[in-house]
Amino acid sequence: MTMKFLMRRNYFQDIQLFKFRSTLLWYMALVVGLVIAPFFIGTYFTYIFTLIAIYAIVSLGLNILTGYTGQISLGHAAFFAIGAYTSAYLTATVGLSFWLALPAAGLAAAVVGLVVGIPSLRLSGLYLAIATMGLAFIIEEVILQWKDVTNGINGMALLRPHLGPITFDTDQKYYYLSLAFLILFILVAKNLMRTPTGRAFIAVRDSEIAAQAVGINLARYKVWAFVISAFYAGVAGSLFGHFMTFIGPDNFTLLESIGFLAMIIVGGIASVHGSIYGAVFMTFLPEIIRLAKDYLPPILQEKVGLQAAAYGIILMLFVIFEPMGLYGRWLKLKFYFETFPVYKKETFRKERKFYRSERSR
Amino acid sequence: MLWQQIISGVAVGCIYALVALGFVLIYKATEVVNFAQGEFMMIGAFVAYTLIALLKLPFLPALAFTLVFMFFFGIFLDRVMFRPLVGEEAFALVMVTLGLSFTLRSVAGMIWTYDTFDFPFVFSEKPLALGSLVISTIHLTIIVSSVILVFLLYLFFKFTDIGIAMQATSQNQLAAYLMGIGVKKVFLLTWAISSVIAAVAGILIAPISFLHANMGFIGLKAFPAAVLGGFGSIPGAIVGGLIIGLSENLAGAYLTTGFKNVFAYIILIIVLMIRPEGIFGIQEKKRV
Repeated sequence: MTMKFLMRRNYFQDIQLFKFRSTLLWYMALVVGLVIAPFFIGTYFTYIFTLIAIYAIVSLGLNILTGYTGQISLGHAAFFAIGAYTSAYLTATVGLSFWLALPAAGLAAAVVGLVVGIPSLRLSGLYLAIATMGLAFIIEEVILQWKDVTNGINGMALLRPHLGPITFDTDQKYYYLSLAFLILFILVAKNLMRTPTGRAFIAVRDSEIAAQAVGINLARYKVWAFVISAFYAGVAGSLFGHFMTFIGPDNFTLLESIGFLAMIIVGGIASVHGSIYGAVFMTFLPEIIRLAKDYLPPILQEKVGLQAAAYGIILMLFVIFEPMGLYGRWLKLKFYFETFPVYKKETFRKERKFYRSERSR
Repeated sequence: MLWQQIISGVAVGCIYALVALGFVLIYKATEVVNFAQGEFMMIGAFVAYTLIALLKLPFLPALAFTLVFMFFFGIFLDRVMFRPLVGEEAFALVMVTLGLSFTLRSVAGMIWTYDTFDFPFVFSEKPLALGSLVISTIHLTIIVSSVILVFLLYLFFKFTDIGIAMQATSQNQLAAYLMGIGVKKVFLLTWAISSVIAAVAGILIAPISFLHANMGFIGLKAFPAAVLGGFGSIPGAIVGGLIIGLSENLAGAYLTTGFKNVFAYIILIIVLMIRPEGIFGIQEKKRV
């Protein structure tokens, strides 16, 4: 394998979406592959792939908040729920079209994000984690109690959307719809990260003090990241609702929020690739668990809670042993071959801080 | 009726205060925000239950054994899981404790199933009558034991060498280290003490709430308590816990259904809006 060298001729080269033309070609090949995939993989995997596309949108949004801006949200299922229920209410009860309900779902989630984000983001990142956890519990309760709008524990039915003569009634058609939205949101995320706003996010994550010193308004950018992230989750929630055609309070529990976080940790923090890998991994996980059950000792097979345990163990193992996630592992592998035989493990050494960063007391 | 509600609110508040206390101790000493504190409580209660109800041990030896077990449980967790992560970003630590909480909950579910158990109560359940006021002995036990525990902890931190060393470490790790304090030992002890406090809280609350693998969710309400009191302040954790318990109980009695479950979080969001530093908190200042 030969190493590619990049000749830098101007500064814009550094923020190009694709560094090499071959990269663009590979991505186009991937898109083509994904478009023709449903013809080969059967209906069940088309269903799984659609779910992956929807979850990948959430995990992209969460990665903008957590990976790039360094803030933790433990309640993304709440925004996912707000999106799904807003869309359900607007299409089923008000009678709006899906194409209006979808952005409205994103906006509704973003507005709730704004309300929670403004007070909690003035403080250190831990407050956001706790406040969003509280929000997740509140939203769960609101869904149960606000029966006029949400139909309480009985859940709501949704219809598959249509565009002109096309109705996205089969899973395969809905897969294309979700894939289109995913590609759109990937491009938005990629582009966001090369704007001054995106670079401000990263600056806030790396050092709040340094960011402030160069004139970045901390609270504003943190709230921005949070609102964008909530918008992603809201849109994905709407897509999820119309895909499942039925939503209930069970779909949006704390476990779901942790699942979203697990996606970005497993996939890779602060990377678009990682968000997708994580969504793929976490969506397949229940299937893997189901398959693995046959090989487990019989005493474990019958037990409920296997999935939650798997989430927990995977979270711990990845944070401890591979904090950069699957994408980080891939980068290391690539780097190993590119620099062979002079690869140094130290290149990817974790940087640790042994002094107090959060408080001076 | 009102007084009844207030007393049971204070009793529940004591539990929140104990859980919040354990979690603030860990946060102050090691900067880890422990989302598994409620699960420590659950594990403690289950261990005690197993000893009392299944192995037919008398209460006091069972209690002693549970506390010793939880002491070593805390030490084990610190040694195996958290020491390798010292100095890691806050984000990574939060994820590890979250993962730990889910794992512990599932493991407890696998061992003890997801059924609800009756936790045996040691004293007579005959309520105490003070004039027109009737106090359940369970509530009284919770309040008295919490006061005693907090007082013991106060003495420990104020007058013992190791307690003072722990205070010093929580103020400035590096300076404490340079003064010859064994920071690693302090961390171990912090985890151990927090686990023991959580176990006491679990044993106290189990007779009135329920004993269930998901009872750790009660522990999550320690977070609003800690924020209300001022994040990282020990008296704040206690006062915050009491206020949350009290107001939650009153909300359950006088507001429509559904409010009780989430009232703690509603308070949390209101506190963040009007006084984010909490009651005893000092505005955080950052050092470059």
